[in-house]
Amino acid sequence: MRYQAPGTIDEAVAVLAAANGGAQVLAGGTDLLVQLRAGMIGPEVIVDIKRIPELRAIAVENDGFRIGAAVAGAEMGEHAALKASWPGVVEAMELIGSTQIQGRATPGGNLCNASPAADCVPAMLAASAMCTIAGPTGRRDLSVGDVATGPGQTALGKGEFVVDFRLPERPPRSGDAYLRFIPRTEMDIAVVGAGVNVTLDNDGVCTAARVVLGAVAPRILLVPEAAAALVGARLDDDALGRLDAACRAACRPIDDKRGTIVYRTKVSGVLACRAAAIAFERARTS
Amino acid sequence: MVKTHVTMTVNGEAAELLCDTRATLLDVLRDELDLTGSKEGCSSGDCGACSVMLDDRLVCSCLVLGAEAEGCAIETIEGMADDDRLHPLQQTFLEEAALQCGICTPGFLVAAKALLDRHPDPTETEVRYWLAGNLCRCTGYDKIVRAVMLTAADMRGEPR
Repeated sequence: MRYQAPGTIDEAVAVLAAANGGAQVLAGGTDLLVQLRAGMIGPEVIVDIKRIPELRAIAVENDGFRIGAAVAGAEMGEHAALKASWPGVVEAMELIGSTQIQGRATPGGNLCNASPAADCVPAMLAASAMCTIAGPTGRRDLSVGDVATGPGQTALGKGEFVVDFRLPERPPRSGDAYLRFIPRTEMDIAVVGAGVNVTLDNDGVCTAARVVLGAVAPRILLVPEAAAALVGARLDDDALGRLDAACRAACRPIDDKRGTIVYRTKVSGVLACRAAAIAFERARTS
Repeated sequence: MVKTHVTMTVNGEAAELLCDTRATLLDVLRDELDLTGSKEGCSSGDCGACSVMLDDRLVCSCLVLGAEAEGCAIETIEGMADDDRLHPLQQTFLEEAALQCGICTPGFLVAAKALLDRHPDPTETEVRYWLAGNLCRCTGYDKIVRAVMLTAADMRGEPR
């Protein structure tokens, strides 16, 4: 196994193309090194993308944010402007692992590891994040929700990798939130995750919403019916009841040691309602 | 076996070596540089026994390839004491019996120092969250958390 650390995106594309499918992209390594040691993967070349400056930067762009795919979770948490605009996205990333993991783990790795329980992805999808993908045929854009196609599977072609995430401009009176349920308070994988992003009018009525659920289906789910439950409404019991029902109806979870189908389904509605309450409050006070 | 040439700074001293591409930073520290204070517990980033500072960032050295450390500044438990004078955290851990078997201790000390360097006045909750990635199967954590809180107060110059 060889190790290469290209300094530019073009160089990384060339290294990946030369490896002809035998390469593995390394971002933070918090999943990759475990898989390597367990013998789950055996690449000929490791391509470390952390030496590419654009991939390590958080920048304001077109009144939104561009977050490099290899930015560490702790770096997102320390970025005051990003946290002020997109607290849900940042808190989702910060939920991943321990302090030590936060020093390494990246949103690009969380996305491309393609776990249905990835914490940063529901919040990113609720935020309508777009990804830039670089590869042998040039660059293309992909919604963050279209990168993972199933557990451990991505839509990335041979030699492609994620360069960055772009978060759009924040309209006034907008807020987002992400909550996950785990049986303890730290260091676990989501049983259910819920991301909510809303915009309100001057009277506190929701004018736009996106609701996303994690860990309740083979892919992270954008739930338009749940968003529709909020649009045109204030955060009252009727709206929350519709949101709860829409989330439960969208779930297609597995039964496993972390949670049964019935339990995950029930919790999805509860978490979505709680996340919506936080997002509405943030929107009102933004 | 493919080797990668790596230069880094470890506890302020330059280090240069050829490391196996599959070797982790923990392997390099322990097996190449004979710095065996950092421990291998789980090798999956769950236990924190291998905690080191990498360019002023707390990380699990078992989840970093040695090759990734090229050009980086590493600080390990071996660099914590000032010659024969223990760091206040080390001293308080001894006085408060915040260790039993000791395997987790280097990781706890490196992680706790990283916390106090950033936040000299943490709450107990902040200490517990910050150290959630360090596992101890002996102490039940209370003595460790107490030692960190006491050291923080000492370092702020508060009377006990």
